[in-house]
Amino acid sequence: MRITRNRFLRITGVSALAVAGRKLARLFGGPDGAAAASPPVRWAMVIDTQKCLKKAGCIDCIAACHKVHNVPEIKDRAHEIKWVWKEPFKQAFPAQETAYTEEAYKGKPFPVLCNHCDNPPCVRVCPTKATWKREDGLVMMDWHRCIGCRYCMAACPYGSRSFNWVDPRPHLRRIDIEFPMRTKGVVEKCTFCAERLARGQAPACVQACKEQKALVFGNLADPDSDVSRLVRSRFTLRRKPGLGTNPEVYYIIG
Amino acid sequence: MFMFEQAVVGSRRYWVWVLCLFAVIGLGFLLYLRQLSYGLGITGMSRDVTWGLYIAQFTFLVGVAASAVMVVLPYYLHDYKAFGRITILGEFLAISAVTMCMLFVFVDMGQPARALNVLLYPTPNSIMFWDFVSLGGYLLLNAVIALVTLGAERRRVAPPAWIKPVILLSIPWAISIHTVTAFLYSGLPGRSFWLTAILAPRFLASAFAAGPALLILLCMIMRRMKAFDPGPEAVRKLAVIVTYAMILNVFFLLMEVFTAFYSQIPEHTEHFRYVFVGLEGHRALVGWAWASALLALVSLVLLIVPQLRRNEKALAAACVVTFLSLWIDKGICLVVAGFIPSPVGAVTEYAPTLPEMGITLAIWAIGCLMVTVFYKIALSVREGLAASAVH
Repeated sequence: MRITRNRFLRITGVSALAVAGRKLARLFGGPDGAAAASPPVRWAMVIDTQKCLKKAGCIDCIAACHKVHNVPEIKDRAHEIKWVWKEPFKQAFPAQETAYTEEAYKGKPFPVLCNHCDNPPCVRVCPTKATWKREDGLVMMDWHRCIGCRYCMAACPYGSRSFNWVDPRPHLRRIDIEFPMRTKGVVEKCTFCAERLARGQAPACVQACKEQKALVFGNLADPDSDVSRLVRSRFTLRRKPGLGTNPEVYYIIG
Repeated sequence: MFMFEQAVVGSRRYWVWVLCLFAVIGLGFLLYLRQLSYGLGITGMSRDVTWGLYIAQFTFLVGVAASAVMVVLPYYLHDYKAFGRITILGEFLAISAVTMCMLFVFVDMGQPARALNVLLYPTPNSIMFWDFVSLGGYLLLNAVIALVTLGAERRRVAPPAWIKPVILLSIPWAISIHTVTAFLYSGLPGRSFWLTAILAPRFLASAFAAGPALLILLCMIMRRMKAFDPGPEAVRKLAVIVTYAMILNVFFLLMEVFTAFYSQIPEHTEHFRYVFVGLEGHRALVGWAWASALLALVSLVLLIVPQLRRNEKALAAACVVTFLSLWIDKGICLVVAGFIPSPVGAVTEYAPTLPEMGITLAIWAIGCLMVTVFYKIALSVREGLAASAVH
C-alpha cells in the first residue's frame, strides 16, 4: 500500500485524536469496572504497645523490614535510613505525656513507621507525583521519578521519611534481589509491604512479630477484620491526631 | 539585539573583577561535580535538617528578585519620574536573583537529571510546582521587559505599546513569587515555626527592605565608579521604601514572637527558643540570631532618623546593616530553625560544610557576574558612549 502525504496526515490526525480521547476518558471517567466491583480495602495497623514492651530489646520487626527492603545500615546518624524504628513515648506522642505516664513509659521504645495517612501532607506537596496514595490507602513511592527535593520530608509531621544522602549500596550487608535497591538522591520510607500484600502475605514486620502478636495488620474497611475489632474494642491513640492527617497506624497504650 | 558586545570590552579593573568571579565559579563548579558523584551527604544537611544553606539562599533571593517591583510600580503605575533611570537596574537585578534562585534549587536536588519531571508530571496541588511556574514566568517577564525597553532606548525610540501590559503584569507577578515561596513553608502541618499566616507578608516586607537596600548600594558603587548617577531624589525615595519595609518586617517578627510566647504553646515557642537561647545546650544559631536582631535595631535607627537617612555615609551603612540583618534572618535562621527541633523532638544541629559553602559562594558569584554584565550593558547603552570609553 502506498502512503501518500494526504493519507499519512489523516492517519496521524486520527491517531492523535484517539490518544487524546483516551486521555480525556481517563481524566473524566470514573474508576474502571474491575476496581469498582471489588470490596473496599483500607489497610491499617494496630500496635499493642503492652505486648511490644513485654519483650525488651526486641528489634525483630525492624530487622525483618530492613532486610527484605534492602535498607542500608549507615552508622552516621545524619545519613541514616529507617523505615521502622523506635522512639520514646514522649517523642512518639508529643504533648501526650504527663509527669506520671512518663514515669511508667520513661525511655521505653515505641515502634514508629509511616502512618499511611488518609490525608497525607507528603503526597500533597510532592511536585512530581513520585509519592501518591493508593485506593487501598497505601502511601507509595516511585524511586525512579523522585527528584530528591525533600519537600515530602519537610511536610511529614512524623519524620517517617529518609533521604539517601550517599550511595546506599556500600552500606548493604546483603542484597535481597526480590526488592529494588535505591540510588543516592531519592527519598524512601515504609510502604506497608505493598509487594507482599500483592502476594497475599502480611507485611514483613507483622510476620516477624508472629509470636508476640504486638503488630496487627488488616483491612479497616472490613468490619470483621482483626484490626477493625481491635480499634472498636480497645482505646487507641494515633500520632499527632490534631494535624488532620488521619494516620492509619493505631496504638493501644494501656 | 542582545547588546552583548558591551560585555566583552572593558577596563583592566572590569576584567580583574570578572576573572575573580570566574575563579570562584570554577571552584564551585568543581565542588558541585564532587557533590554530584558523592551525593548530598557532602553537605551539612541530615535526616532531621533536610534543607540548609541552599534553600535558605533561594528563599532570601526570591525576595531580592521580587523587590524590583518597588522601582517598577512607582514608575509605571504612579508615573514617578525619578525612578525612570533605575527601573532597568531593578529588572536586571531581578533577572540575576531569579537565576540564582533556580541554581540554588537545582544544586539542592538529589536527582538533578530528573529536574524536568516537575514539568513532565505537572502537579497543581504541590506548591513547589507553582513556585517553578511563578519563578520561570517572572524570569521570562523581566527578560522580555528589560530587552525590549533597553533596545528601544538604544534606538532612541519609545518602547512598543504592547510592553506596557506586560510590565503591569510583572507587578502582581513579583508579589506572587514571594507569596508562593512563603506558602512552600507556611502550609506544612508539622512545622510550627513556619505555620503562620504572617509568613508571606513578612517575606514581602523583608524583601522590600533588602532588595532596594541592595539597589541603593549598587547605585552608590556605580556613582563612585563614575559610571552612573541615578540622581539624589531616586536614592532618597528608595531609602524611604527601605525604611517602611524594614519597620514592617520587624513589626511582623515581633507579632510572631508575641503569639508564640504569650500563648505558650510549646510547639510554637521551642523553635524561637532554639534560635534565641538554644535548646538542650545546642546554640548554633544563637549568635547569628542576636547579630541579626542587633543589626536590625541599628538599621532602624539609621533609617528612621531623617538626618541620618539623608546623609550619604549613614545611608550606605544603613543599607549594609539592613541587608546583612535580613540575610542572616532569612538566609540562615528561618529555614534551618524550622527543622529544629524535629517533628519527634530531636535537636539535631546543622552547620554547612566547606564544599557546601563553596558551591553557595559560586552561585552568588554567578549572580554578581550577571549583575556586572547586565549593568554594564545597560549603562553603555544609556550613556551612548563608545564601548571602550566605559569603565
